[in-house]
Amino acid sequence: MPKDDGIGAATVRREDVRFLTGVGQYTDDIKAYGETVAVFARSTVANGVIKSIDTTTAAGMPGVLAIFTGEDFAEVGGNPAGWLINSRDGTPMHEPKRPVLAHGKVRHVGDAYAAVIAETLEQAKNAVEAIEADIEELDAIVNMKDALAGSNYVHDEIGTNQCFDWGWIEDNRDATDAAIKGAHHVTTLELVNNRLVPNAMEPRSSRAEYKAAGDEYVLHTTSQNPHLTRLLISAFVLGIPENKLTVIAPDVGGGFGSKIYHYGEEALVLAAAKKLGRPVTWTADRTEAFLTDAHGRDHVTKIELAMDAEGNFLAFRTETLANVGAYLSNFSTATPTFLHGTLMAGNYTVPNVYVNVKAVFTNTAPVDAYRGAGRPEATYSLERVIDKAAREIGRDPIELRRQNFIKPDQYPFASAAGLEYDSGNYDALMDKMEEVADMAGFAARRKASEAKGLLRGFGVNAYIEACGIAPSNLVGVLGSRVGLYDAATVRVNATGNLSVMVGAHSHGQGHETAFPQVVAEMLGIDASTIDIVHGDTSKIPFGMGTYGSRSLAVCGSAVVRATEKVINKAKKIAAHMLEVSDGDIELKDGQFSVAGTDKSVSFGEVALKAYIPHEFPLEDIEPGLEETAFYDPANFTYPSGAYCCEVELDPETGKVSVERMTAVDDFGNVINPMIVTGQVHGGLGQGIGQALLENTTYDENGQLLSASYMDYTMPRADDLPFYTVDHSQGNPCTHNPLGVKGCGEAGAIGSPPTVVNAVIDAMQSGGKNVTHIDMPVTPHRVWSAMQNA
Amino acid sequence: MTKVTMTINGKSVAGDVGGNTLLSSFLRDDLRLTGTHIGCDTSQCGACVVHVNGRPVKSCTMFAAEAEGAEVSTIEGQANADGSLNVIQQAFQDHHGLQCGFCTPGMVMTAAALLKENPKPTVTEVREHLEGNICRCTGYHNIVKAIMAASGQDVSAIAAE
Repeated sequence: MPKDDGIGAATVRREDVRFLTGVGQYTDDIKAYGETVAVFARSTVANGVIKSIDTTTAAGMPGVLAIFTGEDFAEVGGNPAGWLINSRDGTPMHEPKRPVLAHGKVRHVGDAYAAVIAETLEQAKNAVEAIEADIEELDAIVNMKDALAGSNYVHDEIGTNQCFDWGWIEDNRDATDAAIKGAHHVTTLELVNNRLVPNAMEPRSSRAEYKAAGDEYVLHTTSQNPHLTRLLISAFVLGIPENKLTVIAPDVGGGFGSKIYHYGEEALVLAAAKKLGRPVTWTADRTEAFLTDAHGRDHVTKIELAMDAEGNFLAFRTETLANVGAYLSNFSTATPTFLHGTLMAGNYTVPNVYVNVKAVFTNTAPVDAYRGAGRPEATYSLERVIDKAAREIGRDPIELRRQNFIKPDQYPFASAAGLEYDSGNYDALMDKMEEVADMAGFAARRKASEAKGLLRGFGVNAYIEACGIAPSNLVGVLGSRVGLYDAATVRVNATGNLSVMVGAHSHGQGHETAFPQVVAEMLGIDASTIDIVHGDTSKIPFGMGTYGSRSLAVCGSAVVRATEKVINKAKKIAAHMLEVSDGDIELKDGQFSVAGTDKSVSFGEVALKAYIPHEFPLEDIEPGLEETAFYDPANFTYPSGAYCCEVELDPETGKVSVERMTAVDDFGNVINPMIVTGQVHGGLGQGIGQALLENTTYDENGQLLSASYMDYTMPRADDLPFYTVDHSQGNPCTHNPLGVKGCGEAGAIGSPPTVVNAVIDAMQSGGKNVTHIDMPVTPHRVWSAMQNA
Repeated sequence: MTKVTMTINGKSVAGDVGGNTLLSSFLRDDLRLTGTHIGCDTSQCGACVVHVNGRPVKSCTMFAAEAEGAEVSTIEGQANADGSLNVIQQAFQDHHGLQCGFCTPGMVMTAAALLKENPKPTVTEVREHLEGNICRCTGYHNIVKAIMAASGQDVSAIAAE
């Protein structure tokens, strides 16, 4: 059994206390003497030429301290894309500049072209209203197919709306085409993966201070990765040296991907703080969040599955249009390519996979990674077309999947989409799912639903994802412009307590509780003596942040490596204290002892000796007890799962409700099962939201019609069921020290196809031959599909 | 500017506010009670729920001047006198009813109002009562479970962990 607070214990979260008592410190909570407020002037048109901006009136209004326009940043760098994608013909992608403030043209509704700094929020808002901007509206480019066909460009200088035309794996294209041509049966599906707005409950906020004495800046910002933000600002945008810029992500109220990226507002408040010599804060209102946070998904896809006469999968071929919006957000080019195309073999032994992705500029908000990032899109396409295929050839959808699963003795398995899966057992996941979901009871539950005049559907799904992002050498070859290691420093203080500085950032994931569980287990000490320090570039060696279910797999591994170094040095100190050689020292339960004797010193005594090094062998050991490790993973990790759900569908209204939802995941080893379960719950809620409720709608003029909680249907408590979550079937990751795979995105990846497959099953059970319906599966869509079937 | 006085978490406070100053702004900006959060601009998300004269109110829908003479309680005033978590707060911690913590103050205040009126709610009643509070992290499972547990009801049948 695990210790109360070691690896495997469902330890309650220590961070909860500050959140439950109202003393958390989010960016907008931080105030000091001399605060000022920034408000942005944002475009009300999707596409327009900025003819002139007259700030004269605004500048004279009460409380106004400064006004900035795009002109002020014309000479500084753009916010870059972090991943270079080459097209099939070898040409590099188009990378138009993304400026701090729009200059020359505005390219989406919400695109900021000016900013006012004032004493109060109200004064700044009033002054923004008084800015006279002459913006000539142009036709908006919204639909991706039209964008590719037309001669109206989001970025005139590149002369096309196609960012790239990517093939994966290009050498497999002919074989895939041939497999499809010669197949016994080919199932084709055209689908839309609906655009979503991440909607972290804390809107983005950035606050800058400038300290003239040292020419230093401090930026508090809502970031999932403060070091990356600092790097982008320093190396690309403003050129502030990293040693003069501290970026702090304090408590952050959710991210889901949208707070990975550097945004122009961060650069603006830094520049303004220096100009004014006063703190400058900008906090988005919810409308701004809808208009300017990086959105997610937005793929239009055609997928084909080829099978032989026995139902063996021969090939998957996919063509996708991926919307990148008006500018390239930092990971926007990696998301529809290497986080999507490489997963298009799924859990299957299929020998041929080919994926073509055309990324398209439109006059809409930038699109980037949102919980799952590419992998939900891959899973949705695969698991929907497999379900359709099962119906077409009259096979049970679970049995057809099982027939094509990679088997446990095939690992490591080289997938046809170019990844090497290290471990898994998909049949065992499916077995467990069938058990915990009480599949045997489905027929009776369907009967009960039908007695109420409702249809009941069962849907199933298997997924695999690539997490623990990512091996730097590999991603470097594939076009990444950054390394994707992480770092940790374990500092043992003189009195025996520990500060552990980690590069991962916790904004709901519970790192402050889970990471100490790992260190406590290794050292055999009480976890309450260990504190995590995160989110502050001045305190932490470096870090690539939290996304892609990477925190524990990558940063947790760095923590393990640094702790191992601490143990090695502590053993040397203990050996000196006990007058033996360090090879004779064992660490157990916080005591360093000499094997086979009763001689020992405690962890605390060793710590004190390290900092009060009297009678210390200085020729062999330095004083102090603090170690740093950078960890670069050898491979991705490959969590997998089997999900199922049951929906009730009212044929009179088309309304669908999820009645049962079961998620069985292989996350490898689990550090804190309570936190892991909570992560799955959250993903399921977002996935069901995508499947049934959420849709981001732009009209033909590029106006965002779903820009508030009155219009965008966020899942609420009465929209969602209780979930059944199981992670008992873990197959440890083979290449990281904790054997962990990552759990943050699974629920959002596995649930949308599960729900849609169940909706199709419900309609079919009502005698309606509907083979596909697009998300969100609204009552109107369901009712219409059933009327037309 | 108008002078307002009210009792907040048992202490009398006074301030000068504009006619359009929201109660949420008065709490956050003037009194620095930043546990009350602002998550939207359409009174939908519920992160700003406080109690005014014992009733739950979205503090972004009320002017500070309207709270003249009122008894207001906020998340900062919920813990027990000895500083320990109250029953609802403790249930949220025990059942992992929060992740990023941003919606949490509104959830706790809304739950407290529910349990005051309906000490033994059904799961359906809890879910319906949370209609005005949005959480993006938890999928609501553990929030509902925490509130059921705080009401003293057995939650062992609700999936483990």
